Amino acid sequence: MRLISFVFLLLISFFSIAAYGLNSPNELLPNAQQEKRAEQIGAQLRCLVCQNESIEDSNAELAKDLRKVVRQHIQAGESDKQIIQWMVDRYGNFIRLSPPFNFTTALLWLMPFLAFIIGCLSAFTTFRKMQKEPLPLNENEKKRLEKLMKES
Amino acid sequence: MISNFLSPELGHFTLALACCLAGAQFILPLLGNQKNDFHLMNLAAPLAWGHFFSLMIAFVCLIIAALNDDFSVQNILQNSATDKPLLYKITGIWGNHEGSILLWSFILSFFGILFSSFSHRLSFSLRTKIIAILGGCATGFEIFCLITSNPFLRIWPAPMEGQGMNPLLQDPGLAFHPPILYTGYVGFSVPFAFAVAGLMEKNIDSAWGCWLRPWVILAWIFLTAGITIGSWWSYYVLGWGGYWFWDPVENAALIPWLTGTALLHSTLIVEKREALKTWTVFLSIITFSLALCGTFLVRSGILNSVHAFASDPTRGIFILVLLIIICGGALVLFAWQAPLLPFTALFAPFSREGSIILNNILFCSLATIIFVGTLYPSVLQMINGQTISVGKPFFDKTFVPPALITIFFMAFAPWLAFKKTSLKKLIQPLSFMGIITLVIIIISFIYLHRFLPALATGLAFWVIMGALTDFSSKLSLFKTSFKNNFHRMKNLSLSFYATYIAHIGVAVILLGIIGMAYSQQKIVEVPIGTTLHLAGYEWTLEAVQNHKGPNYLATEAILKINYHHKTICWMFPARHFFPRQQQVITNVAIHTNLIADLYAVLGDSKNINDTSPTYILKLHYNPLAPWIWIGGFIMILGGFLTLIDLYNHKIIKQNSKQNMEQPL
Amino acid sequence: MNSLTRRRLLWGLPLGITVLAGGGFAKMLSSLRKGKFDPHKIDLPNLNKTIPNFTLEAVSSPYKNFNSSILKQQTKPVLINFFASWCLPCISEMPILKQLASQLSIWGIAYKDKINMIDLFLKHHGNPYQFLGQDNQGNIGIDWGISGIPENFLIIPGGIIRWHYAKPLDYTAISSLLSLVR
Repeated sequence: MRLISFVFLLLISFFSIAAYGLNSPNELLPNAQQEKRAEQIGAQLRCLVCQNESIEDSNAELAKDLRKVVRQHIQAGESDKQIIQWMVDRYGNFIRLSPPFNFTTALLWLMPFLAFIIGCLSAFTTFRKMQKEPLPLNENEKKRLEKLMKES
Repeated sequence: MISNFLSPELGHFTLALACCLAGAQFILPLLGNQKNDFHLMNLAAPLAWGHFFSLMIAFVCLIIAALNDDFSVQNILQNSATDKPLLYKITGIWGNHEGSILLWSFILSFFGILFSSFSHRLSFSLRTKIIAILGGCATGFEIFCLITSNPFLRIWPAPMEGQGMNPLLQDPGLAFHPPILYTGYVGFSVPFAFAVAGLMEKNIDSAWGCWLRPWVILAWIFLTAGITIGSWWSYYVLGWGGYWFWDPVENAALIPWLTGTALLHSTLIVEKREALKTWTVFLSIITFSLALCGTFLVRSGILNSVHAFASDPTRGIFILVLLIIICGGALVLFAWQAPLLPFTALFAPFSREGSIILNNILFCSLATIIFVGTLYPSVLQMINGQTISVGKPFFDKTFVPPALITIFFMAFAPWLAFKKTSLKKLIQPLSFMGIITLVIIIISFIYLHRFLPALATGLAFWVIMGALTDFSSKLSLFKTSFKNNFHRMKNLSLSFYATYIAHIGVAVILLGIIGMAYSQQKIVEVPIGTTLHLAGYEWTLEAVQNHKGPNYLATEAILKINYHHKTICWMFPARHFFPRQQQVITNVAIHTNLIADLYAVLGDSKNINDTSPTYILKLHYNPLAPWIWIGGFIMILGGFLTLIDLYNHKIIKQNSKQNMEQPL
Repeated sequence: MNSLTRRRLLWGLPLGITVLAGGGFAKMLSSLRKGKFDPHKIDLPNLNKTIPNFTLEAVSSPYKNFNSSILKQQTKPVLINFFASWCLPCISEMPILKQLASQLSIWGIAYKDKINMIDLFLKHHGNPYQFLGQDNQGNIGIDWGISGIPENFLIIPGGIIRWHYAKPLDYTAISSLLSLVR
């Protein structure tokens, strides 16, 4: 289990490209490591007034405020989890660009496995069938067979 | 004079005429087929030409209305203005909903004539049916265009000035992006028509697969190009250096691309081995349906998207009905007829056929992940009112691992022989490649400090090595004389190269994505004359100038870039203010040496009236960034080579047939 | 059932899924048109919960300031209206608010605004507010979970958020609001 969560953490850190919605150096935290953390948290949070951008990517006023809040909380020494929970307490799961795993989102999260398994299973059963029984002849083939039999 | 003749009314009329002709193109040949009336069936191609020409006139009429700044046409009024540059007056035609539907229909009619010109050697009844089905799809779209999104509607009184076009769309990259992307979407209508016609004929054989393949490849090339250009556009226009956002509009293009790629591979098996026929038919139907579904979702307002068209539920209902008729009708036929298609070829699981089945499973799973992810929030809200979001972090987590697995298999799947492959032969080269890959992973881990990028780097080289290994074994490199090697190389088919070129394209994209994950950036507020250091480069803000563009005011910074005290280039990031829309667009400056991009954005300025104004600059160093798009075009090159190969083969076949038929 | 029929049913599965999806989309579209379904909607977790604690900055003398403890002590329902002088939809909402003020006490929170601008705005468009405070930094707005201006919250005695509307008020919203008050 720890290995799985480790792999997941790596995945999260991989494609998160740093912030670009920021439009002033005053917004940045002086501590580079804290700033990086803020950007990673911000990339997980949805800009509420925009359509599909994270607060880090958005130029909207509210996104800017939320960025500021995230940075304040980081400086106050809160953990990533606490900060995201703080946001969820106010805006619900809508603000998380990656929804939590629970009963209603289980299908969503399990889809990669499900799709692959269903694909493999159906391929496997078709393959088995194909090897075992040649299909019964259809009408045309029956007629052709009869014709051939008669001819012979 | 001509422009007076080509009025919006003529355009409106020819659009209606095209709709009637498309209807005839759909009904008459099928009726002829029913009644065995050759005259009716022969009408298919001329009707397709008529349909194409009348739509072309309609299209030209709309362009002329735009060029003449005819603001009595509602569509032009809403999307154009007199001071808009000429290029955007033309390309602005398809930058809005109405025009884009007209373009869509136009491309569909173009595919009708393209198919009818290149299919003379296909069986007559299959050919006419395919043309008819293309006509049927076009009819639906043209009725849609006429009823709910007519670009020729007039308004009275006509205003003196138009409302202008979204400045974000006034960009050369985006000007040609929609036609290419739509060609990709619409191109899949031909495979769709092949599938439906094949089902009607109850006959799907290797000839069917052989004739289908070039069309799938053609559509795939355009869709790939469309996605690549779209991603490049968002990289350099949106000004925050991202290139893929998992936005619903992007997903709508990626889903048919994924199933289309699966189709691309499975048609090979139909052609060579007559296996996977039912599945290929199904994929052809589904790919086109998904392309339509994407259009529907984007324009209906159901999804949250950055690039929202003016969404309208009425239009949504219309496209939905159209979608259900086209896609549902094809699936009814599929359910009824497909079980009658016989299994033919047998093969072992470890074979080229088996590898392509795995490819199809993986690609369809990837498509499913995106499809479900894109729709899940809306469906969940509909069912129990819960509001959630599914965005980039989710897709990064769920899409990337299966995509990497797919890339893993991509390296050696083409080695496998048809029917049956002995595993023993694979073990030696694979283990050799595996060891090198492991070494690469370890070395890159030392440099990159993160596990997944290192793994991905290894995978990219794994794919490239897979191609080289097969190449050298085909050449018997180091086993025979050099001359013999060369002789063998000349005899290799073009499609052999094409396959690996396309696969290497994927590896190049992967490397580009890894490089982008290591981009460095700096956001600063500085006065003129400051020198900044980023990634070993010295960026000096030399001056800031103001000038006037055709419909905007520009503020342009002049940046001098030094590397080891030698000036390598000048960059001009700018901000364009469009007074009509009261909107500021940042114009990113990019300098590339094909290994890395220097990327500069000019932000706000402060104390502008002061003696020492300061400017906000965002500087990025994006290593390997251009490879993402170069890789895309390498894939497209692979597609083109396959097309050329298929074309040559057909000519050779034709010639040999003629030779055989000639009396000696 | 012979094997052909069975196979046809099996191959009909995609058709079934498509029809189902089509029906779902049709339902979505129709409720989108009726306004029941909105992809931009955010359901707030603080609905039916106690209001967050806050203190507002005062606007100026004629307007009475308030804070969370005053709001919690109320014995009658209160409509909290987030507004700003720079927001155009707020102007369109004003006539409705003024009508509503006779039936329900309305308290205003000026979101990221300036005192003199608020004053001008209320002098020009009328003042429906019994109490008025301002949220200069927008932090209180975030605590309440607002995502745009204007937004309205109905607070029932005890300081519980009973109702939330994230768009400018209209008459349908008012009727559902008043049914809750009564």
